[in-house]
Amino acid sequence: MSDFPILSAALLLPILGALLIMILPPRQESSIRAVAAVSTLASLLLSLGVCFGYDQAKGGMQFVESIPWVRDLGVSYALGVDGISLPLLLLTNLIGFSAVYASWHTEERVKEFFALLLLLISGVMGTFVATDLFIFFLFYEVVVIPIYLLVIMFGSSKRVTKEYAGMKLTIYLLIGSAFLLVGLIALFVKGQALLGFPSMDIGTLAGVDFPVTFQIFIYCLMAFGFGTLLSMFPFHAWSPDGYAGAPTAVSMIHAGVLKKIGGYGLIRIGLLLLPAGARYVAPLIAILALGNVVYAGIICLNQRDLKYIVGYSSVSHMGYVLLGIASVNLISINGAVMMMFAHGVMAALFFAMIGHLYQQSHTRNVGDFGGLAHQMPRLAVGFMLAGLASLGLPGTVNFIGEFTIFVGAFGVYNLLTILAISGIVITAVYILRTLGGVLFGPRRSEWDHLQDLRGVDLVPLLVLGGAILVGGILPFTIMDLINSGVGQLLVQIGPGSVGGIF
Amino acid sequence: MSYELLAPEIAVAALGLLVLAIGLLLPAHSRKAVGYLAVLGLAAVLVLVIANFNREAVFFAGVYQVDKYTNFFRILFLSAALLIFMMSSRYNHLFGERQGEWFSFMLFATLGMMIMVAAGDLITVYVGLELMTISFYVLSAYLFDDRLSAEAGLKYLIIGALSSAVLLFGMSLVYASSATTVFTEISGALGSGPEQPALLAGIVMLIAGLGFKISAVPFHMWTPDIYQGAPTPVTAYLSVASKAAAFSVLVRLFLSAFPGLSFDWHLVLAVLAALTIVIGNLTALPQTNVKRMLAYSSIAQAGYILVGLVAANSYGLKGLLFYALLYVFSNVGAFAVVTAVEVEEGDAELESFSGLSRRAPMLAAVLTICMLSLAGIPPLAGFAGKFYLFAGAIQAGYLWLAFIGLLMSMISVYYYLNVAKAMYIGASRREERLLVPTSVSTALWICLLGTVFLGVYPGPLSGLTELAIAIFSIG
Repeated sequence: MSDFPILSAALLLPILGALLIMILPPRQESSIRAVAAVSTLASLLLSLGVCFGYDQAKGGMQFVESIPWVRDLGVSYALGVDGISLPLLLLTNLIGFSAVYASWHTEERVKEFFALLLLLISGVMGTFVATDLFIFFLFYEVVVIPIYLLVIMFGSSKRVTKEYAGMKLTIYLLIGSAFLLVGLIALFVKGQALLGFPSMDIGTLAGVDFPVTFQIFIYCLMAFGFGTLLSMFPFHAWSPDGYAGAPTAVSMIHAGVLKKIGGYGLIRIGLLLLPAGARYVAPLIAILALGNVVYAGIICLNQRDLKYIVGYSSVSHMGYVLLGIASVNLISINGAVMMMFAHGVMAALFFAMIGHLYQQSHTRNVGDFGGLAHQMPRLAVGFMLAGLASLGLPGTVNFIGEFTIFVGAFGVYNLLTILAISGIVITAVYILRTLGGVLFGPRRSEWDHLQDLRGVDLVPLLVLGGAILVGGILPFTIMDLINSGVGQLLVQIGPGSVGGIF
Repeated sequence: MSYELLAPEIAVAALGLLVLAIGLLLPAHSRKAVGYLAVLGLAAVLVLVIANFNREAVFFAGVYQVDKYTNFFRILFLSAALLIFMMSSRYNHLFGERQGEWFSFMLFATLGMMIMVAAGDLITVYVGLELMTISFYVLSAYLFDDRLSAEAGLKYLIIGALSSAVLLFGMSLVYASSATTVFTEISGALGSGPEQPALLAGIVMLIAGLGFKISAVPFHMWTPDIYQGAPTPVTAYLSVASKAAAFSVLVRLFLSAFPGLSFDWHLVLAVLAALTIVIGNLTALPQTNVKRMLAYSSIAQAGYILVGLVAANSYGLKGLLFYALLYVFSNVGAFAVVTAVEVEEGDAELESFSGLSRRAPMLAAVLTICMLSLAGIPPLAGFAGKFYLFAGAIQAGYLWLAFIGLLMSMISVYYYLNVAKAMYIGASRREERLLVPTSVSTALWICLLGTVFLGVYPGPLSGLTELAIAIFSIG
C-alpha cells in the first residue's frame, strides 16, 4: 500500500464528486448532497490518514508523487507534504467537510452550488500539497472563479451588493496574482539560467543561490501577491466586503483556508527560495502587520454586522501571522503556522454559526439580537467557543498560536510586538461586547421561532469546535509536526539576520 | 521536387471551385449538401497535412517553403475553417440562396492563408494576402439586408486597400535596398553595418501593413466596426485565422530576412505590443455588445501573441504558435456561442445572454470557459500559452512587458466575467430551452475539450511547436 497515491486521491476525490454532480439530474438534490458529503468525508479521512502516517522522526517531504508534466518548462505533477503543509491540508479538509454541512439547506440551484464548492475545495487543497511552482499556481488560481460564481449566485446583498462584493474580491486577488506570476516566471527564468536546465520544482529551486538584489525584487512581488491574499494592510479592503457578500460555505473556506495560502506561500516560496530577500524586507512586513492588527481591530470596534465583525477581525488576526513570518525564527514561524490553523478553524466556526443564524432570522445586525442563548443554547455554545478562541483564551488552540508568535517576535521587534499585543485587548473588547449583546440578556420573544442547531447542523460545531479544543488542550499533537517542518526549512535557508530595508 | 507536398493547396483550390459550381447547380432545397461537401473535403485535406507533417521541401529557389512551420499553420487554418463551418450550420440560413458561394469564399480565404505561411518571398506573401483579403471583403458584407454588414464590407475594403498599399510600398523599399524579394537572400544581401534610411522606412511600413492585419494598435481602428458588422462566423474566422496568417508571415519575415539588423525592431514591436494590450483591454471594458467586446478583446489577444515575436527566443516563439492555436479553440468556442444566441435572439447585446445558464447550460459553460481561457486563468489553455509568451519575454529582458501583459490580462477578467454574470444570475426574457443542433454542439465540444486539454496537459502541443520553430536559428 506504500505506493498508493494517497495525496492525489484526496485531491481528486472532490473533483470526481463535482463531475458526478454535474451529470446528475438537477432534481435529485438529496443524492447531490450525499455525493458532496461522501467525497469531502473521504478526503478528510485520507488527510487524517496522511497525518497519522507521517513520520516525524524522518521529517521532510513525504507521500511524494511526481510525474513529468511539461518537459521544456521543467514542470512535473509533484505532490508531497511536510510539517508545514500537513496542518493546512488537514485544516482544508476539516473546513471543506464542515462547509458542506453548513450549506445543507441550500434550496436553489443545488447542483451548481455543490459542484462549484467541491472544485473550490480541491483547488485549495492542491496549493498545499503541490511541490511544483507551476502546479501550485495553477491550483491557486483555479479557486478564484468558482468563488466568484458562488458569491454572485448564492451570496447576500446587505451593505454592498453581492455582485460588487464578488467582483471586488476577484479583481483584488487576480491583480495580486498577476504580480505573483511575474515573480514566479522571473524566478523560473533566472533559475534556468543558473541551473542550466528548466525546473519548477520548489526543492530544486531552493538549492539555487539567487543574487541578493534579485531576491529582494522578487520577494517584494511575492509579498504583494501573497499579501493581498492574506489581506495584508493596506491591501485588505476586499476581505470584509467579500465575506459579507459570500454565502456561508464560501466565507468559511475563504476566511478559513484560502487566506492561509498567502501565509503558506510567503513561508514555502518566499522564505525558502528567497531567504535573503525575505530577511531584507521583513521589517517592512512587520510594520504592515501592525497596521493589520491595530487598524483593522479599531475598525472592528465600530462594526454592527456580524459578518463584518468577523471579517475585520480576521484581517486583524492575520497581522499576527505576518508578524510571525517577518520575525524569521523557529518559534515565531511555528507560531505563524499554528495561528493559521487556529484562526482557520475559529473563523470557519464563526461563519458557520452566523450562517445558521442569518438563515433563520434574515438579519446579521448585532443590535437586532439579544438573549439568544435562551432560544438557541447550542448555537450559543458555538458562538462562545469561536469568540473565546478568537480572543486567544488559554485552552483554545488560538492561544497557543498567539503566544508562540509573541515569544518568537519579541526578540526581533520589541516595540512592535508590544504594540501588537494590544490587539488582544481590542479583540477582547469587540468580541465580548458582540457575544454579550447577541447571546445574553433578557429573552426576546420575537426570536422565539428560531430553531436551534440540530441534526446535520451540528456537524460544523462538533468538527471545528472539537479541533479548537483538542488543539488547545493537546497542542503538541500539531505543534511537534509544525516544528519538524519549520525546523528543517530554517536549517535549509541557513542563519542570517533580519533587516536592511530601513 | 516532390510536388505532391503542394497537394493541400491544390486540393483546397479545387474544393473551392467545386463547391462554387455545385452550389450553383443544385436546386435550392438541397443546398445543404454543399456544407457537408466542404466539411468532408477540408477534413480530408487536414488528414493529408497531418500525415505529411514531417516532410519538407523548398520550391522555386526559396519562393515557396513547405516545412514543419508551414504544416503547423496549415493545420491551424484548416481546423479553424472546419470548426467554423460546423458551428455556423444554422447561421448560414441567413445567407439564403448564396450559401454555396459563402463556403467557396471561405475556402479561398483559407487558401490565401496557406499561401501566406508557406511564402518565402515578398511577392508570394502579397499574392496570398490579397487572395485572403479580397475574399474577406466579400464575406464581411455578406448579409445583404443588414446595414452594419454593408458598412463593414465597405470599411474593410477601403482600409484593407490602404494597408495593402503601405505593405507593397514597404516591400518595394526593401527590394530597393537588397535587390531581392526572397527572404533568405535579403538577409545575405543586407550584410552588416548601419542600415540605410530607405530600408528602415521599408521595415516600418512592413510592420504597419501587417499590423493592420493583426489589428495592432495604432492600426486597429477598423477592427470593432468590422467585427461587429460582419456575419458572426466570418468575424470568428477573421479574428483567429487571418490574424494567425499575418503572424506567421511576420515571424518568418523578421526571423529569416532581418535577423542581424542593428535596428532594434524588437523594441518597436514591444512598444506596439504593450499599447495593443493596454488599449485593447481598456476599450473592451465598457462594451455592452458581446460581439463588439470580443472584437476589442481580440485586439488585446493580438498584443499577447506579438509578445512572442518581441522575445524571439525559444519560449517566445513556442508561446506564439501555442497561443495562436489555442486561440482557435477558445475564440471559435466563444464565437460559436455568440452565433447560437444571435440566431435565436437576433442580436448579440449583453441582455440577450441573460439567464443563458438556465436556457442552455452547455452554451453558458462553454462561453465562460473559453473566455476565462482568453483571460489566462489556469488550468485553461490560455494560461499555458501566456506562461510561454511571458517566460520568453522575461528571458529576453522585457520584464516591463510581462508586467503590463499579466496585469492587463487580470483586468480583462472583469469584462469577461460581466458576461458570465449575465448568463448565471440575469433574468432571461424567455424561458424555453435554446436548441443546439448536433453540428454546432460537436464544434462546441471540440472547442471546450481543446481548451481544457491544452491547459491541463500542454506537453504534446509544446513538443509540436518546438518542431515547428526548429527552422529558425534562435538562441
